[in-house]
Amino acid sequence: MSRAFRLFWTGWLFNMKNLTMSGFFILNATIMPIFFATIAHYMFASGSRPGSGLLYASLGAGMMGIWSSVLFGSGGLIQWQRWQGTLEYVISVPPRLIEVVLPMTVATASIGLYSIASTLLWGRLIFGLPLDFIHPAWFVVALVASIVSLGLLGLVLSSTFVLLRNANSMSNLLEYPVWLVTGLLISLSLLPGWTRPISWILAPTWGIRGLRQAAVGGDPVLPIVMCVALGLIYLTIGHYTLGYFEVRARKSGTLALR
Amino acid sequence: MNSVRLFFVGGLTSYRALFYWLSPTIYIPSLIVAPIFQILLFAYIGRSAGLESDVFYVTGNAIQYAAIPCLFAMSQTVSGERYQNTLSAILVSPAKRFPLFVGRALPVMGNAFFVSAFSFAAGCVILGVSLPAGSIPGLAVVIFIAAFSCTGLGLTNAAISLRVRENAVLSNVIFGFLLIFTGANVPISELPAWMQDVSHVLPLTHAIQAARDLAAGEPFSDVTGLLATELGIGLAYLAGGLVLLRVFEWQGRKHATLEQL
Repeated sequence: MSRAFRLFWTGWLFNMKNLTMSGFFILNATIMPIFFATIAHYMFASGSRPGSGLLYASLGAGMMGIWSSVLFGSGGLIQWQRWQGTLEYVISVPPRLIEVVLPMTVATASIGLYSIASTLLWGRLIFGLPLDFIHPAWFVVALVASIVSLGLLGLVLSSTFVLLRNANSMSNLLEYPVWLVTGLLISLSLLPGWTRPISWILAPTWGIRGLRQAAVGGDPVLPIVMCVALGLIYLTIGHYTLGYFEVRARKSGTLALR
Repeated sequence: MNSVRLFFVGGLTSYRALFYWLSPTIYIPSLIVAPIFQILLFAYIGRSAGLESDVFYVTGNAIQYAAIPCLFAMSQTVSGERYQNTLSAILVSPAKRFPLFVGRALPVMGNAFFVSAFSFAAGCVILGVSLPAGSIPGLAVVIFIAAFSCTGLGLTNAAISLRVRENAVLSNVIFGFLLIFTGANVPISELPAWMQDVSHVLPLTHAIQAARDLAAGEPFSDVTGLLATELGIGLAYLAGGLVLLRVFEWQGRKHATLEQL
């Protein structure tokens, strides 16, 4: 157990440092959410229903950044290892593949912390947003639960996108729809009823709900529990899909092929 | 004659090379599906905020999305060559720079027109937006001019790519700026005064306004002033881009940094 934890911690820390050194990841994780938060802020401030507020926009845009990091970071993760020529080492080391990949996907979600931090800081510095959350401790718990569950969703993405030739195009395809259907900047009640089940099985829906209820009031426990439950489901799916990929690649000898 | 050949054949060849990697599996999600969802996202935020009608977001976002093909494809004219180690071979050639780079811009402009027009039509169908039938030819002209002016900005972006290595990030940042400052989603009158000033010197702002006026039923003659301004802005960015290309090429030669990744 301690070995698995040590492996996770070391892998997570290394990948966090690695991604932090990437100008592409950091600039996209910090600047793009600020753009979306700015637009949402002006839209709500100018509209006839401005009640949702700046904090609503900041948290929603921050979660958008986390999803983008997971989508592009985890979605192309195995392909990236393949391009770098490190996939063989990732697979042939003694620990199981999932133990090596999981810290990487959770790290891509953790990079999204920069998004939340940048949008909250932007709100505070530019618009004087008060950061006095109603349940600060629950906010931290909700944030950790969101990051971990999105990281586990990244595990599923990493092991399924690898079967596609162009993982990046799938990432482009899924960015806006998930922002929309998980209600990061809108009320889900506005969307058609058939979208509701889709939003329920996606961690960002519950993550943003937990963060908002911890920040502005409400009960954040159910969303946090949902994040944990979905995370366990993603872990199970990811375990099987990653295993399928590994067996298939080993059998067909296509591990290093692009 | 050589310059004309370079303009058309060189531009077409370069663009076909772009499609080598911009295959349908990349093109459709990135340039067909994504703009439709951008329109839907902002239309729903608009409904949530009670700000503007759906036609406002369809026109704004469909035209603003022309920025994606323009910025990314134009920056590829430099960074793609650098990645393939062919940039110095191109810049050492005696080819005139105007037909060399502007020829590459022509297919980009055509693609931006298609992406914008398609997402405009799809957005209207999905959100049930109806436009006056007489406005459609005028809207086509507006989209064409928007694609031209944004290609001018794309050329400037391509020139900056000679100095900035993270050109994908730069293109994303410019895209984000355009999303805010062109009034695609927030009426310009609602932005702070300094942002309004900036918006007036950016491509797409006047085209978006012209498209909204046409969609509201105004005659084409009423938007010619806006289109002339948009055209002028596009020409200014195009000229600026060519000058910057010259300057940065000279600097790259001087410091031997052309191929530096």
